[in-house]
Amino acid sequence: MTDGITLNKVELKLGTKEFRFDCALPAGAVTAITGPSGSGKSTFLNLVAGFETPDRGRILIAGEDVTEKHPSERPVSLVFQDNNLFAHLNLATNIGLGISPSLKLSGSDRAAISQALERVGLSGFEKRTPGTLSGGERQRAAFARALVRKKPVLLMDEPFAALDPGLRLSMASLLIELHRETGNTVLVVTHDPDEVGRLANHAIFIDHGQILLQAPAEEFLARRDIPTLAEFLSG
Amino acid sequence: MRSTILSIFAAAAALSLSAPAEAQQKTLTVYTYESFISDWGPGPKVKETFEKTCACKLNFVGVADGVALLTRLKLEGKGTDADIALGLDTNLISEAKATGLFEPHGLDVSAAKVPGNYSDDTFIPYDYGHFAVVYDTQAMKNPPKSLKELVDGDPAQKIAIEDPRTSTPGLGLLLWVKSVYGDQAPEAWAKLRKRVLTVTPGWSEAYGLFTKGEVPMVFSYTTSPAYHMVEEKTDRYQATSFSEGHYIQIEVAGMLKGANEKDLAKQFLKFMVSPAFQDIIPTTNWMMPAVKTSQPLPDAFNKLVQPTKTFLMGSDEVAKNRQAWIDEWLTAMSLN
Amino acid sequence: MLTRAERRRGIGWGLLSIAGIALFVGIAVAALLSWDTGNTQSRLFTAYTWRILRFTLLQAVLSTLLSVVFALPVALALARRPRFPGRVWFIRLMALPMGLPVLIGALGLIGIWGRQGVMNSLLLKLGLEQPVSIYGLSGILLAHVFFNLPLAARLLLAALERLPAEYWLLSSSLGMKPLSVFRFIEWPVARRVIPGIAGLIFMLCATSFTLVLVLGGGPAATTLEVAIYQSLRFDFDPPRAIALSLLQIGMTALILIAISLFPTPDDAGITAGRATRRFDGRTLPARLWDVLAILLATTFLILPLTSIVVAGAQANLWNLATSPAFLRAAWTSFTIALSAGLLAVLTSLAIIAGRGAIVDMKRPGGTARAFSVSLGGMSSLVLLIPPVVLGTGWFLMLRPFGDVARFAPALVAIINMLMALPFVMRVLAPAVETHRKRTGRLSASLGVSGFSRVWRIDLPVLARPLLTALSFAMALSLGDLGAVALFGSNDLTTLPWLVYSRLSSYRTNDADGLALILGIICLALTVIGTAGRKETSHD
Repeated sequence: MTDGITLNKVELKLGTKEFRFDCALPAGAVTAITGPSGSGKSTFLNLVAGFETPDRGRILIAGEDVTEKHPSERPVSLVFQDNNLFAHLNLATNIGLGISPSLKLSGSDRAAISQALERVGLSGFEKRTPGTLSGGERQRAAFARALVRKKPVLLMDEPFAALDPGLRLSMASLLIELHRETGNTVLVVTHDPDEVGRLANHAIFIDHGQILLQAPAEEFLARRDIPTLAEFLSG
Repeated sequence: MRSTILSIFAAAAALSLSAPAEAQQKTLTVYTYESFISDWGPGPKVKETFEKTCACKLNFVGVADGVALLTRLKLEGKGTDADIALGLDTNLISEAKATGLFEPHGLDVSAAKVPGNYSDDTFIPYDYGHFAVVYDTQAMKNPPKSLKELVDGDPAQKIAIEDPRTSTPGLGLLLWVKSVYGDQAPEAWAKLRKRVLTVTPGWSEAYGLFTKGEVPMVFSYTTSPAYHMVEEKTDRYQATSFSEGHYIQIEVAGMLKGANEKDLAKQFLKFMVSPAFQDIIPTTNWMMPAVKTSQPLPDAFNKLVQPTKTFLMGSDEVAKNRQAWIDEWLTAMSLN
Repeated sequence: MLTRAERRRGIGWGLLSIAGIALFVGIAVAALLSWDTGNTQSRLFTAYTWRILRFTLLQAVLSTLLSVVFALPVALALARRPRFPGRVWFIRLMALPMGLPVLIGALGLIGIWGRQGVMNSLLLKLGLEQPVSIYGLSGILLAHVFFNLPLAARLLLAALERLPAEYWLLSSSLGMKPLSVFRFIEWPVARRVIPGIAGLIFMLCATSFTLVLVLGGGPAATTLEVAIYQSLRFDFDPPRAIALSLLQIGMTALILIAISLFPTPDDAGITAGRATRRFDGRTLPARLWDVLAILLATTFLILPLTSIVVAGAQANLWNLATSPAFLRAAWTSFTIALSAGLLAVLTSLAIIAGRGAIVDMKRPGGTARAFSVSLGGMSSLVLLIPPVVLGTGWFLMLRPFGDVARFAPALVAIINMLMALPFVMRVLAPAVETHRKRTGRLSASLGVSGFSRVWRIDLPVLARPLLTALSFAMALSLGDLGAVALFGSNDLTTLPWLVYSRLSSYRTNDADGLALILGIICLALTVIGTAGRKETSHD
């Protein structure tokens, strides 16, 4: 599984909180990162994304050691819960920045932007600014940017948390479709057990800065022997 | 002792300045105070008149006031660009001489006659003014007729004065009170304090308060009303004559030892005590000329207070006692 | 999240700015100290020094207290009413006093509150026998509140406006009463920014000079700044001036440390950036209270300004504004103000970058933390170094290089820059921080950095605060007389210098007119600085 994401004896201390992660996540799968709030889900994602660097241990993505690398140098795309787009730039520019940070775009890049927008159901939205879009549309635009970046790993931090339930369903199916097309590795932080079943092939459960369980999704959802997990799954 | 840093920089500067300077026309540099060279001051006319006769360029550098002028010379020391310093007053002369920067002029300047018969081998008096209380005739019918009346008068009738710590008129008033009251000066100040509306950092602020109608009296010069009579055609503001006599401020100019153009400097000093220069002074600097002007002064000047007695302390005495007298003043003025 | 190169660059900029400021101040002090005048007054700590120290503290503490206490209701009322006709003009009006030369402001105040002012005329008509005199501590406080209340209100308002719009939705849906809104929402924000605001105002008041003398009524009202000026300009005793300056800095630093000891909760506001709509304060008493607060503040500010306008309008404004002397001075003032403003903005950005780089470090060591603190401290303590010390020191330093008049404009611009730095920092730092919070991770993950980031991400969003900061700094520099007075030569005449020059040649009328024109220029600057304020922000 050297193709996937490996956290090798990673240790990190933030303030008084200590985190210890040691795991290998499968390539080409959707892995859900779950746990109670404050357990360290987001820290886990931040370590993979590069917003935090470990005090000890290594982080490997597709076999490459990225421990000391800046977020922009890691082969990942990101979708946050909010503030995914620069509010003052239109969608084409926002997505174009995903291709070239200095916005040096070729004709084919522009075509790719329009295609990506079309793929997420936002065709013709190139000149719109984020302020004129709904929450769901903004997240779609963020997906479109992830599409054009063509990175093997997609990291998502509660991407649907701000959306209403109906929208969550349709966004989830869009995500699955995109995942099938690209075959990328997806990590998605969620606090919703239903979303684990809906999206993930794989899941890990984090509590107090440690991974308590790592399992295929079906097994994960069936486990009742860990009290905090049982509590989490019962909602 | 100046630091090595300074001397290193000085050496570097000397090297960089050693390139030959172009000097087709001689330039005379005169340091003075700002109001002398302002559009309304004597500067522009003086420059025009002098340049006609000297085949030279007259370059004025203006600083805030006479005190700043002396400070500037001290800062620049022997390397000063100034050929002439114009605008020191008699109180500063002792300090100015102590710098060792000035050189006796060696000219016959007997034409310059100022009250108190001030004369000096280094500094030439070019104008003078007696300090006086100027009052607003519309706000005050019975102005004080003596310093004593000012001190003892109705505390409801206020006066604005200047601070002796920061201004020359302020120092003038301090010396005037000292001249009249001697050792009793602190008591006089303690009484006068009740009439003082406020003590401003300089003449401009006090006079501004006065012309805005905030105070009926201000500490200024006997010549101040001339400005209002000549320029504004109003008799509203008048100086009041004090029976004890008036303290005088004499403005002087001197030549610097390090002057590049000594002949030109002497020529300018001579020019200063000639009618050509003196004619300009009264209606631009609003001071009394030190030399008889070619034309009689405007009528307004005849209406001014003509002090019968003039007070003037030697500048050595002032230099020696200034700090002690200011401390005395501070104590008296800060009593509750 | 910064790349290592960005962090290094940030710390580099911070170091550069701090070193630049330290060098500029240090050289001036060293040059002064190396000057042996031989007439040092040996005794520094006389009864006189202690007395003025006590008075400096007393008036500064009271002025600060009053300014902040009165500014709070004004800022709250303005924040509660995001839309009413004339609001933006009121905010612009609040930027004016800062840009006025203090003497002009003082004369304006005297026109209203003086013995012969409007207020006393009213009181006399009402049967009072003697005019009420403001001269003394009360006059000083009045003037300091006039100059600093608007500053405090503007900074408080800015902090209140940074609250997330959701808070107001929330508070109204919870049915919170005005008192609870104040207690749980407004006061926590105010408490966070008040120490900084109070510190700034305290420094301004502690170093006050002209106002204290003109309105103080006598030498009992003397600040350390007066003594410093006296020892340098009148006695020419540099060691004493430096010692007094150090006393002033030390004392104020103590006060600032004391202020900073008040606990300040963290800024945790995260906002969706919706346009603010307030749902509270719709009851009649609440409306009346706000109207009263705004009206009183307007009256308090506008009356003295009106008296400046009335006085100025009597001059022949057209002739003044087209006279060569004015045009020359206006050009000089403008170039100096623009350079000072740009320098202040750039230096602030460098300091902010340095602090940002340290915040970005996971576990900054002691050195880094000390560096961060000194960056913050340096940018505000520069206010305490008397311009007369800087100017005289640099005069001595540059004198060997030829005519100081050549260097004077640059020096005046740098001195003005230092004066404006704390204000610019206060405008820019929160704006930059919020912007970084919103875009930092996104930019980092996309690898948008360097020029592209500045041009596409930072400038469009920060253009407005940058413009506000620039206009603020320029107005301050335009109104400053102090720095110029040191070098004065016929080549370097600024507008305030021209005003003083007219006053000192009896031309009171012209001075009034020029002051009015200067006020109009400052107003124009604040209009530019607050341009686009009405535009609602969108996500």
